[in-house]
Amino acid sequence: MARAVTNQRKTINTILAWAVGLLIFFPILWTILTSFKTEAQAISDPPVFLFFDWTLENYAVVQERSNYMRFLWNSVLIAGGSTLLGVIIAVPAAWSMAFVPSKRTKDILLWMLSTKMLPAVGVLYPIYLIFIKFGILDSRIGLIIVLMLINLPIIIWMLYTYFKEIPGEILEAARMDGATLKEEILYVLTPMAIPGIASTILLNFILAWNEAFWTLNLTAAKAAPLTAFIASYSSPEGLFYAKLSAASTMAIAPILILGWFSQKQLVRGLTFGAVK
Amino acid sequence: MGSITLSKVTKSFGEAQVIPPLDLEINDGEFVVFVGPSGCGKSTLLRLIAGLEDVSSGEISIDGVDATSLAPAKRKLAMVFQSYALYPHMSVKKNIAFPLKMAGMDPAEQEKRIANAAKVLNLTDYIDRRPGQLSGGQRQRVAIGRAIVREPEAFLFDEPLSNLDAALRVNMRAEISELHQQLATTMIYVTHDQVEAMTMADKIVVLRAGHIEQVGSPLELYERPRNLFVAGFIGSPKMNLISGAEAAKHDAATIGIRPEHITLSKESGTWAGKVGLAEHLGSDTFSRIHSDELGEITVRTIGDFAIKHGDTVYMTPDMSKLHRFDADGLAIR
Repeated sequence: MARAVTNQRKTINTILAWAVGLLIFFPILWTILTSFKTEAQAISDPPVFLFFDWTLENYAVVQERSNYMRFLWNSVLIAGGSTLLGVIIAVPAAWSMAFVPSKRTKDILLWMLSTKMLPAVGVLYPIYLIFIKFGILDSRIGLIIVLMLINLPIIIWMLYTYFKEIPGEILEAARMDGATLKEEILYVLTPMAIPGIASTILLNFILAWNEAFWTLNLTAAKAAPLTAFIASYSSPEGLFYAKLSAASTMAIAPILILGWFSQKQLVRGLTFGAVK
Repeated sequence: MGSITLSKVTKSFGEAQVIPPLDLEINDGEFVVFVGPSGCGKSTLLRLIAGLEDVSSGEISIDGVDATSLAPAKRKLAMVFQSYALYPHMSVKKNIAFPLKMAGMDPAEQEKRIANAAKVLNLTDYIDRRPGQLSGGQRQRVAIGRAIVREPEAFLFDEPLSNLDAALRVNMRAEISELHQQLATTMIYVTHDQVEAMTMADKIVVLRAGHIEQVGSPLELYERPRNLFVAGFIGSPKMNLISGAEAAKHDAATIGIRPEHITLSKESGTWAGKVGLAEHLGSDTFSRIHSDELGEITVRTIGDFAIKHGDTVYMTPDMSKLHRFDADGLAIR
């Protein structure tokens, strides 16, 4: 039975939802606004909201001082590479857990997730030493591997949930039809799980893009992505809020735009199988 | 050729043995139906033959060759699943072509076989549609199409009609039977519906708790059930089973008489009773009659028989059609 919602309640709910949404979005909005202010206006008290002298100067300075495109390219390669590598490893792993579970499958899933509970800084030292040993400090490949490993549990978990929704009989039919395991995964399972795989890729791309702890600690100049680009503008000595905001805006813009256009896919993927 | 032999096949899931040692012989070209209540192991048995489950012990041979540890695809069997198990992201044509593609068949030969299967199954008009755009009956036909293009040694059907509505089920039943006549390939068909078993099978295998209760032609099972279980399972409405004093008169622990082998009369007969419920179908009348000595008795009368609730009637069984069972439930012959 549909629950009756009066018009008045609907209006109140709408206003409330917008208010909460704006509250959450406000820091990003403020950052974007600040990026168009002068340094003086950026720290003025009381703060100015919309009525200030709009300027693009900060962007010009930021672009002049650092090579934005190089950071962007590093971010794309690291986020994209780690996600892709993760999915290639996770698809067969999730397949085996979803369709040929053993007695310990549930334990393995939980154990994998438990690695996410460990504070990252706890393994910083060993990982740093390993990076030195293998000579991959400040290299894209090193970051791709680390970020892939960090997000792998989440990728496997997400794919596992999507795969669980796919009827086993269809895979058995493929087996009867003569498909090898590789063909079964490639021609039947993967195309059927495309919505799920797409949202997994999207979410992990975003996570990898925003990851700061490892990217800051393991890179210097060569492999530094956009997170390092932002960090380079937060200096304890000077007051460069406007420039920091401009850098932040430039760093988050690509992922914000990507997220905006793939909203539907993301929501669909995250609620996949919830309603049949 | 498609003869299949199971010898001493068992299957256990963990501690639970669902198939105790079982022997079965299926001849080439036969239409064999596995029938039994749900949970009797009939689907498991089919999956063992298909190779989707591994046997715990015993041997399965196909055409005299040991296939016990062969992969499903290597057994040259095709299976039609209860849920149809079509590939939702492929068109009808690609679904049917999938096994051929996997076998690496020459594209021209593929086209020929697909066109032929589509014609046989009336799918030509839907060939480019996706499964989601088809009705249940059409999906079923695609599933069968995918099975026949491979020209397998035998077809395995796992309750293929249970998702269809009653009218469609009758049609598809006839279509599958006709297909069997055309192809003359071995078919193994699993169902819990004894009407499907009776109408389609050359040979029925009645299963209970993994045991084979009886193997025989539909009429053998109907006329000479080996035990009480088969007697109660085969035939609709069910055979009337009577125990106690009336059975003792016939030197049996239980006697059975089918509803169609009792004559009703309003005047006189062997047993008296009161009508509990009368179902007038026009072609038949099904009456449930309560008798103090015998309990509930169902009687089937051809055509209409004018009775209603509460009427007193007399029943006369055809003694030549009486079934007798001993205390262990086995038929006395």
